[in-house]
Order: sequence, then structure tokens, then C-alpha cells
Amino acid sequence: MTADALLQVRDLDVDFSTSQGTVNAVAGVTFDVRAGECVAVVGESGSGKTQVLMACLGLLAANGTAQGSVRFAGRELIGAGEQALNSVRGTGIGLLSQDPLSSLTPHLRIETLLTEGLLDRGLASRTAARERALRALRDVEISDPESRLRQYPHELSGGMRQRVAFAAALMCNPQLLFADEPTTALDVSVQARVLELLAGVRDRGLGVLIITHDLGVVAGLADRVVVMYAGRIVETATTTDLFAMPRHPYTAALLAAVPRLHGAAQARLVGIPGDPPQPAERPPGCAFAARCEFADDHCAQRRPELLQDAYREAAVACHRPLRARTEHA
Amino acid sequence: MSSATPLLRVEHASVRYVLRGAGYFTPSRTLGALTDVSIEIPEGGRLGVVGESGSGKSTLARVVLGLVRANSGRVLWEGRVVDYDDAGAMRALRRGMQVVFQDPFGSLDPRMTAGQAVGEALQALAGPVPSVAAQDRIRAALSEVGLGAAFANRYPHELSGGQCQRVAIARATVARPRLLVCDEAVSALDVSVQAQIVNLLHELSERHQMSLLFISHNLAVVRHLCEDIAVLCEGRVVEQGSRDAIFGSPQAQYTRDLLAAVPEPDPALQRARIAAARVQA
Amino acid sequence: MVEAAVVAATGGQGLWGGAWRRLKRSRAALVAAALLLLVCVMALAGPWFSAWSVAQVDWSQATLATPPSLANGHWFGTDANGRDLFVRVWIGTRMSLLVALLATLVSVVIGVAWGATAGYLGGRVDGWMMRFVDVLYALPYMFFVIILTVVFGRSLVLIFLAIGAVGWLTMARIVRGQALALRQREFVEAAIALGLPAGTIIARHIVPNVLGTVIVYATLTVPQVILFESFLSFLGLGVQEPLTSLGRLVAEGALEMETSPWLLLAPSAVLATILLCLNFLGDGLRDALDPRQHR
Repeated sequence: MTADALLQVRDLDVDFSTSQGTVNAVAGVTFDVRAGECVAVVGESGSGKTQVLMACLGLLAANGTAQGSVRFAGRELIGAGEQALNSVRGTGIGLLSQDPLSSLTPHLRIETLLTEGLLDRGLASRTAARERALRALRDVEISDPESRLRQYPHELSGGMRQRVAFAAALMCNPQLLFADEPTTALDVSVQARVLELLAGVRDRGLGVLIITHDLGVVAGLADRVVVMYAGRIVETATTTDLFAMPRHPYTAALLAAVPRLHGAAQARLVGIPGDPPQPAERPPGCAFAARCEFADDHCAQRRPELLQDAYREAAVACHRPLRARTEHA
Repeated sequence: MSSATPLLRVEHASVRYVLRGAGYFTPSRTLGALTDVSIEIPEGGRLGVVGESGSGKSTLARVVLGLVRANSGRVLWEGRVVDYDDAGAMRALRRGMQVVFQDPFGSLDPRMTAGQAVGEALQALAGPVPSVAAQDRIRAALSEVGLGAAFANRYPHELSGGQCQRVAIARATVARPRLLVCDEAVSALDVSVQAQIVNLLHELSERHQMSLLFISHNLAVVRHLCEDIAVLCEGRVVEQGSRDAIFGSPQAQYTRDLLAAVPEPDPALQRARIAAARVQA
Repeated sequence: MVEAAVVAATGGQGLWGGAWRRLKRSRAALVAAALLLLVCVMALAGPWFSAWSVAQVDWSQATLATPPSLANGHWFGTDANGRDLFVRVWIGTRMSLLVALLATLVSVVIGVAWGATAGYLGGRVDGWMMRFVDVLYALPYMFFVIILTVVFGRSLVLIFLAIGAVGWLTMARIVRGQALALRQREFVEAAIALGLPAGTIIARHIVPNVLGTVIVYATLTVPQVILFESFLSFLGLGVQEPLTSLGRLVAEGALEMETSPWLLLAPSAVLATILLCLNFLGDGLRDALDPRQHR
């Protein structure tokens, strides 16, 4: 841990100004991503995980403001101007979005989509860029790259589109890759391919920050996991520790809710009763208290702080964290 | 399979889409969406249809619902062949089976409240129902899916994905259909919400002896909900059998591949898989 | 998803409430709406303020066509025949607005019904219905109106129908495009699965979901209709004396432009105000009813 982390997020807050006042989407988020490691941010819809990504890249909606600090390779991104951000986007941080159909411009050929980053910045000549594009397509195992370059996104299958988007994100040799729900819209077999690609990228020394709600994806790929609920971090741990021994009741409940292929086929899956609170309705105490089976009055009144574990690289924000191993069915 | 007449039976159904050529001289291509597919669902039974995109599972759902006519083969409902041109028979078919779609927001009319959506289904399928009785039944339907009376006046954009899907289920079950077709009904939901909805479907099926045709690409979910499973690949049924048979001893290679690719929340297992796949590549 | 959560948290008034809120944010649209309201009020009540009536000639004037003055009670002046312009302008506004609203109503009703049905049914029926629209588009419209006027005489009802009969064509095209897209949405499939007849589905599910576009387009059609009516009046085919419309007033004023500019300025100012306000209001409505707000 002597080297500085590639991405350092400290006390990140994201607010949206709406006609009914300011709504807080993300509060007090702090974590690091180092080179050669993959960090997964896990949470349900509405937990604010996508907004964390958007805030880092300066891609928040017009009515959103970010506060706090996001340092990438020593440069502060929050509050940086468009020019400074543009010099980081693509060449420093690559972005792989959720839906490959909408992230690839429909009327542009694959070649244009892949090479525009390089050509616009004058980083390579046309022929050199084309060569890089061909190589990138081969790296992601797309067959017959020459003819693919001339095709349009809608002529490719969903899996191939995601691989092209992946190649595009890496074209300008970024040091860090952001992946926003990269496997959600894909079939299981294709998911496996994309995960392999991400693992390969991590092993080559890039940092990877992946946003997802799929714990199976997290299990195979991530080195560390950050669990978010209602805009705040509730637990961080290494992947092995998190799956073996979740400390926060929400993490345990999430793990219990995943349907399994092995073990007894329970008639009932273990869901979490209720719904996450709306941003405007977050209670003063722990946001999960209303749905937590271990909560008491203290939990509902005082919000727990995120406390670092003294011995392991882990943290949990809970007044009554779990200690015993949780059994899975 | 019981010896009683199955509630629904599809026999050798094939559906072909004709894609007309781009110009005058390009010949048209025929796309086989379903080829020689046969399934059956007993009364109160739950059948899971598993496949990836392009496998034809959504087309199968539409054939069962009568939204698409099969080019060959036939569909039997309650032992009788479905005649698409008989308006009376089709009406009875609609009353007997309903559908829940994948996109929770898209399957509800954005201009109708939850109560109106459920009320419309009630009047169309079980009507005419006088308005006081209708209000009671709407309230009961919503509460059966876990939504309080306040939700009746909410619009889809004011609800979460899980809540929208509950409204869709309430709409589909208010007239007590005998078969509920769920076309990727939980695929767009978070894992914890998915668990709630799967439990709800299981409960409704048990309580009302309602059969389920559950279509999904997620084998693990299907395993929890369905007793019988059919695996589709490129429009054909590659394997069919009870849950134990499919998961315990899958016969077809495709089924085995599909099982192997399901992400499990077990770090050691997943990493080993990824490492093995990369060695292969 | 946070966006949806934010919307859900803050919007509890349903769809029209949300649209109304967004409309209130557009200052241009609000000012335009207020001005428009003022014009309507004046059109209805204005003539009562004045002592003169629309056809009354003021014999007391020394010369005809006097400029506006507060002293003699002719606030906008008089025209070449000695009639009070103030009253004539507001009566004319009434007529123009009436024609515009009725003609727009006709074109909305026919256009929405035609377009929604064609778009929903699709296939060959859609093809025939839209080819019919294309053919009507191609007809020489003015020719048609002139023949009708000659055959049926210059009646007011004829004007409404004639203008409405053309206005519906573009409305039908727009609505048909929307209906085609809506047909693919899952909630329409769900309605089909309920066994609802096509007519019910079109009326209950398709039409309400195209209303946003229709309202916006209608506010942008009204100016076109007023202009068209003015054009007809300019040609002498519109409303007849002693009734008048803004178009006629502008036409008459244009003839006297050099000697009595107020005859042109007053009706033009009112006409321009109405047109500008409607355009701003249409823009505001389009933003307020933006379907992006709803999934």
C-alpha cells in the first residue's frame, strides 16, 4: 500500500435541486481503487451507486451538484472545468456503460466509434488508429474484425456490441476503467465473456470500478466490495470476507436473497420486506432500520458511522453488526 | 405428469417470421422463431421455460396467449383445440389466462393509476361489475399483492419497479385466471425485490391453484419456483423434464453449458470458472 | 434510477399536476398565457366599453377616418366609413378566435381519430388510410375552397369546415406516427391480452398517450388557421360585412396605410400579439408535456 491509490474518493456528496427543494442522493462516500485491483460498488436501484460514477466523471445531470473530493492520479476531479475533465475522460478513465445498444451511436460504423477518441485528440494517424481498432477487436475475441469495422451497431448481437463498447472504452489506453452494470442486459453465457475480459484488464494493471447489483458478478471479479444503501456506504470488505462473513444485516440479507443452483431448492426465497426509502424520506437514524430484523430503537434514532475494522481492510456502518457466520440454505 | 387432462398443451408449434427483402429483388428470408415445440402444463402446475435471447421463449409465450398464431401445430386449452377465429372461444381463453411482462414501467399505461389499471382488467375479464363491488375487488387484489389502499391512486412513474410489477400481477390475477404467463417478469428487478416477487407468485399459485408458465433466462430463479422445466435453444426444445432431472442430471450439452454459466455468489467457485475459461481461450 | 426516485418523491399530483408545475416554470409561456387571456377578455367585453357598435357610423365627425383620440371616444380612431375601430377590432378578434378554435377542434377530432386508428391497426389498413391523406394533401386546396364558396355561398360554417378539413391532414400524420410507436409498448399488448376490442384500446390507451403532442401541435395550428382565415378574407372569401375579422381589418387597413396608418396598426398589433403568444405557449406546453419525464 505504498503507492497512492489510482482513484481516491473522499466524503463524496451528490445533491439534486428539484422543484421541491434539495434532494440528497449520495452522502459521505469514501473509498479507493488501486491499479491492478477491481472494486465493486453494490447496491439496489436508488442506492445512488450510479451517481457516484457520474460524479467522478462530471456527468451528473444539470441539476446535480457534487461535493467532496475525487482524486484521480493526483488530480482533483470535483469542480474541475470541462477541459480538465475531458483530458481525463477516455485517456485516463474509460467508461463502459450499461446498455450497449444505446451507448453505441446507431448511425456510425464500428470503425468510427472505435477510432474517434484517438483521431479527435490527434493521438494517432488514421491508419494507425485503424490498426489499433483491429487489434482491440481481436483482443475481445470478435471474429472477422475487418468486416466488423464496416458494420453498424444494430447488425451485431448484444454480446458483440458489449464487447465492441468494451474495446472502445480501452482504445485510448486509460489507467482506470469504470463499468456501469456491464452485464445486466446480457445473457448468462455472454456475461461470462464480459467478466473474463474485465478480469483480463485488471490483471494487465488497470484499475477497475464496477457498479452492479448482481452479487454473482461481484464474486468472481471483484477484489474488494463497497455496499451502498440509501446513498451511504454500509459495508466495505474484501470479496472473500464479505461473502463468507457479512457484517451488515443488509449485506447478509442481499446474499440470502440470491437464488442458488446448489443446495436445497427452497420453496421460498428470502426477500427483504419493504422498499428502500425515497431520497426525500430518509429517516434520521439508520436508513435500513425499518427493514432490519435486528434493529432496535437506538438504530432508528442515531445514524451509525462507518467504522474501520482495526485488523482487516474492512468497514461497517451498523450499531449491531453481525458477528457469527450466517448460514446459507 | 398426472393422467388428468393438462390445462394447457402446445403440440408441435412452429412460428416463422418472413423478412421481406430490402429492395424489389432481394429475396425474402424466413426466420424460424419456433420449430416443433411441444410443452404441457398440468392444472396448478408450474412450468419454467429457460433460454437465452433469440431462443424463442417470448414467441412461445405469445403463442400460448393467442397473440401470435402458430404457422403449424396447435394449442389445446382445457383439452380443446384453440380456434383463433371463434370470438367466443377466444374470450373464454382470455379470461382463463393472463400475462405479466418484463418491463414493470412499460407494461402499465402511464396515464392510468394502479387502481384504474386493475379495474380495467376486472371489467374486461369478469365484467360488468357494479362499481362498489368493483372497488372492493380492486382493493382486495392490490392488498393480495402487498400494496395498501393508498397505491390505488398512484401512477406508474410514482412507483418503484417492484411495486409496478406487483400492480401488473394484481391486474393479471384480479379475474382469477387459471394460467398466469410470466414473460421474464422478474428479470428487470433488483435481487431482493426479485425474491419478493417470486415468493408472491409462488404463494398466489398455491393459494388459487393457478398454473404458471414462467419464462426466464435465470436458471436459479426457475429452480426455486417451477417443478418442471423446458430448455429452449434457437427455437427448439433441447431438453425437458422435472426440476430434479434437469438440475441433477442434465442430458443436453446446451443445458450443461447454461448451468455452468450461471453466476453464483461464491467467490472461490466464480474465480475458478473465470480462470479455467481464460486458460481455454 | 435516482432520477425516478426523485420524481417519485417530489411528484404526487400525477401527470397533469407535474405538467402544470413545469409549465409554471416557463416565464415566457406564463406571460403569453396571461396576454392571451387579456386579449380574449377584451374581445368579449371590449365592445361594451365603447359607446359605438360595429356598424354604427359616427355622423358627427367632421371628416371620416379620424385618428385615435381619447376626446371623441374613438380610442382606436375611425375607418373610412366613420365606424369606430376599437369596437371593430374586438369584434373582429372574436370572429378570428372563434374560427380558429372551431377549425382547430374539427381538425383535432378528425385527425386524432384517423391517425390513431391508422397507426394502431397498421398493415394494409394503415397504408390505405395514409394514402388517402396523401391524396387529399395533393389537391389544390384554394381551388376547392373557392368552388365551395361559389356553390354554397359565403357562410361562416363553411369557413370552419373548409379550414378544419385541411388542418386534420397533418394532425393525422403526426398522431399516426405516435400511435405506431405506442402500438409496440407492452401496456398495449397487455390490453390486447385482456381481450379488449380495438376501438376501446385506441380510445382508452392510445389517444390519451398522444394528447401531449396533440395539445402542443394544436396551439401551433391555431396561428396558422388565423393567418389562413385572414388570407381568405384578404381575397374576399371570408366573413362578410358588417361582421369583420382581423384579416379583413388588416386587408382594409393595408389599403389606407399611407393616409390612415392606425387602421392597419391596431388590428395588426392584436393579430401579432395573438400569434406570438400562441407560439410561446405552444413551446412551453411542449416542454411541460415532455414524455421524457415519464418512462
